[in-house]
Amino acid sequence: MSWLRLKNCGKAINLDQIPNIEYPEFYQNLVEMLEDENFHIADYFGYSTTEGLKLIAIILDDKNSDILIAEHTYHYYCEDSLLSITAKCEAMHPFERDITERYGIVFKNNPWNKPLRFLANRFDKRMIIEKYPFYQISGETLHEVNVGPIHAGIIEPGAFRFTCNGEKVLHLEVALGYQHRGVEEVMCSTKSTLKQNIIAENIAGDSAVSNAIAYSTNIEKLSANLNNNSKQLNTERAIAQEMERIAMHIADTGALCGDIGYQLGQVACEALRTITINTTQMWCGNRFGKSIIRPCGTNFPLNNEICSEIKKNMSDVLKRYDEIRQNIKNTPSVIARFEACGTVDRNIALHIGAVGVCAKASGLLRDIRATHPYGEYKNMNHVPIIKTYGDVMSRLTIRCREVLQSIEYVLSLVDKIDTSIVQNRPIYNNNLVQNAISVSIVEGWRGEICHTAITNSQGEICCYKVKDPSIHNWLALSLAVRGEGISDFPICNKSFSLSYCGHDL
Amino acid sequence: MLISKLKVFKSHGKQYIPNLLDVTLAERFRGRPVVSPNVDEKTVEELVQLCPVEAISKAPLSLDLGKCVFCGECQFQYPQAINFTNDYRIATCRREDLIVTSDIKKAIPFDPQFVNSYITKYFGRSLKLRQVCAGGDNSSEMELNASMNVNFDFSRYGIEFVASPRHADGVVITGPITKSMEAPLQMCFEAIADPKIIIVVGADAISGGVFANSSAISRDFFNLNKPDLWIPGNPMHPMTFIDGVLSLIGRAKRNENE
Repeated sequence: MSWLRLKNCGKAINLDQIPNIEYPEFYQNLVEMLEDENFHIADYFGYSTTEGLKLIAIILDDKNSDILIAEHTYHYYCEDSLLSITAKCEAMHPFERDITERYGIVFKNNPWNKPLRFLANRFDKRMIIEKYPFYQISGETLHEVNVGPIHAGIIEPGAFRFTCNGEKVLHLEVALGYQHRGVEEVMCSTKSTLKQNIIAENIAGDSAVSNAIAYSTNIEKLSANLNNNSKQLNTERAIAQEMERIAMHIADTGALCGDIGYQLGQVACEALRTITINTTQMWCGNRFGKSIIRPCGTNFPLNNEICSEIKKNMSDVLKRYDEIRQNIKNTPSVIARFEACGTVDRNIALHIGAVGVCAKASGLLRDIRATHPYGEYKNMNHVPIIKTYGDVMSRLTIRCREVLQSIEYVLSLVDKIDTSIVQNRPIYNNNLVQNAISVSIVEGWRGEICHTAITNSQGEICCYKVKDPSIHNWLALSLAVRGEGISDFPICNKSFSLSYCGHDL
Repeated sequence: MLISKLKVFKSHGKQYIPNLLDVTLAERFRGRPVVSPNVDEKTVEELVQLCPVEAISKAPLSLDLGKCVFCGECQFQYPQAINFTNDYRIATCRREDLIVTSDIKKAIPFDPQFVNSYITKYFGRSLKLRQVCAGGDNSSEMELNASMNVNFDFSRYGIEFVASPRHADGVVITGPITKSMEAPLQMCFEAIADPKIIIVVGADAISGGVFANSSAISRDFFNLNKPDLWIPGNPMHPMTFIDGVLSLIGRAKRNENE
C-alpha cells in the first residue's frame, strides 16, 4: 500500500508528496483498512484543482499512531462514476454525501445519497432543506412525529423525524444543515490569521479551545521558519483544553439529571460548571476560553495568582463532583432510567465510525490523546476510560470519570508551570509554506476534531476543512433510539450531546 | 443513598447571587471599552487594519460593540488607544448606542425614552421569551441557559424562556441567521401575539460577526423587523443579558455618572 504515513506532531507536507492512486486501488485500500478496527476514517473531502477534483482521504492508524493520507484525482469527463465506499463501510456516509452535495458527483450504489448540510454553494440548488427526503415507513399502526427545526429548549436547530409504533421508536432520521454559516468558505476568504483563529473559535463555541488548538497547530505546522512551541505553551494549552472538557462534561451530567427530574444533581452540576468556567474567565476574560489559544504564543500566560486559583477551584470541584457521582451511583431511580437505555453496541459503533465519548462507552478505544498524542499529551501517557455496554449510563460514567481524570491532569500540569518564564506573544504574520497540506487532530470533549489546511502557490490558505466528531456520531443517536420509548429520546440525545453547528459548519 | 444526597446538599450550600443589580465580574472580563481621545493617525490606521471584524472606524476613532468579537487584540497591541473594562452593562435599546467613541467615558447610554412605552406597561412584571438559534455557535445559547441557572436565577424577576412562541411575549435571537433558518425564524416570530419584542444577542446576531460576509447567511429579517434590545458579546455574559432585559423593562437604571 502506497499511502503516506504522517505523525500528528509532524510538520506540514508538500501537496506533491501525497500519493495519487487510481480509484479501484483507492477504493480497495479504504474498504480493507476500514474493516480493520485499528483504522478509522478521520476525514475525506474533495479539493478542486486545475488537474481535476482531488479526493483526499485521511485515515488514522490507532495501533501505530500514524495518520495515513492518499488522494485520487477524479476526471469527470474521462472516468466512469465512482463506486460508493459507503455501501461497504457506513462510516464513510457523511463524507461521500458532502462530496456529492458540493460537486454533483454521485457515487454509484450509495445507499443513503441525501444532502448532508444544504451548503449555500451546493451543486443542486433545487434541493432545499424544507423538502429533506425523510425515510418513510407506512403501516396502519405507525405514525410520524416531527420535531424541529426549532426545539422547545434553548438549543440549536435541527429537524428530527420519528417513525413510531405506539410509544416505540422504529426509526429516527435527523436532518441537519440549519446551522450552516459557511465556516470553511469564510475561513478561506480572509488572509488574516487572527480572523481565521476567531472563526475557528466560533465553529462550535462549546469547543472553542479545542478548535482553536487544531487551527493554531496547523498554522504552526505550516510556518517553515519556526521553532517548536515552548514546552510551557503546550502545557497551558493542555490545561485550557482539559478545563473545557471538565466544564462541558459537568454541564452534560447536569442536563442528564435535569431530564429525568433529578433536580439535586442538576443544580449541583450547574454550580460546579459555573465555578469551572469562571476560572477560565479569570484566566482569559471569556467563560468559554475564547482568546486563550493563539498561534505560536499567548496573550494570557499563566501567573501565580491564576495558577493558585485554578488549583483551589479544581480541587473544590473534584471533591464536590465526586459526591454527585457517588450519589448518582447510589440512587436506584436514577440508575433505572439510565441503564440499558439507548444502547449502541460495539459492532455498530465500529461500523459507523463512532468517536469520542460515544465510542469509548461502547468499548472502542478512540482517544487521540492516547493514540495520536500531540503537544503536552506526548508526555502524559493518557489512559482512556472505556466502558462496554454502550448505554446512556455508560456514556454518563465515561463523562463522570473523565472529569475526575481531567481535574487530576489539570492539577498536575499547573504544578509544572514556571511563571518566571516569559512567554512569546502570538504571531499573526507567519509566512506559510506554499502548496502544502497540514493535518491537525485534537481530542475535544466530544471526540476527535480534525482540521486540514491547504495552501496555494502564494502561501495563503486556499482550502480549510473542519471535521467535528458529531459528523460520525449523529448516526449513533439515530440507531440508539430504535426500539426505545419516544419519551427516552431526550436522555439519549443528551447522553451523546452532539454539536449542530460543528456538523453544519 | 440518603447520606450521599445530604453530602451533595451540604457542599452545594447557597449558590444564588443575592442581588443581581450589584455584581462585579472578573477583572479580565472584556466589557465596555474606553477609547482614548488622543490617538495619532498612524495608530488609528493600524487599529482599523488590525480589527478582524471591521469594528474599528476612524474619524473619530470608534469601536462598534455590535461587530466586536471581544478578542481584545486591539488592547494587547495598542493599550494606549483602547482598553476594555469589566463593565458588563453594555446592552442598548438603540443600535447606534453600541458605537463607542472617546466621548463615552463612564457608561454605555441606555435612555428609557427610546424604549417603546408598552414594554414597561405590559412586560414590566412578567416577560416570557422564546429563543431562536439561527446559526449561533452554542455559546450564547449556553449563556442564556446559564442566566436561568442556580447561580443567576433570573426567573426571580418573572422572566422566563418558554417552549412555544404562542406562550411568548418576544423572541431572543442568536446567530448570524443562516439562510436555512430565515423562514423558521420569521414563522416563529409571526406566531407570537402582539405586542411583542425582539432581543438580539451576540455579535453574530447583531451584525453577522465573523460571518458577516458569508454567502450562507441572510440578514433580511432585520429589514422587516426592528429589534428592541441589542446585547453584545461573543458570547454575551449572562449578566449583560440580565442587565439589558431589566433596563428594557424599567426594572434597572443605568447611571451614566457612575
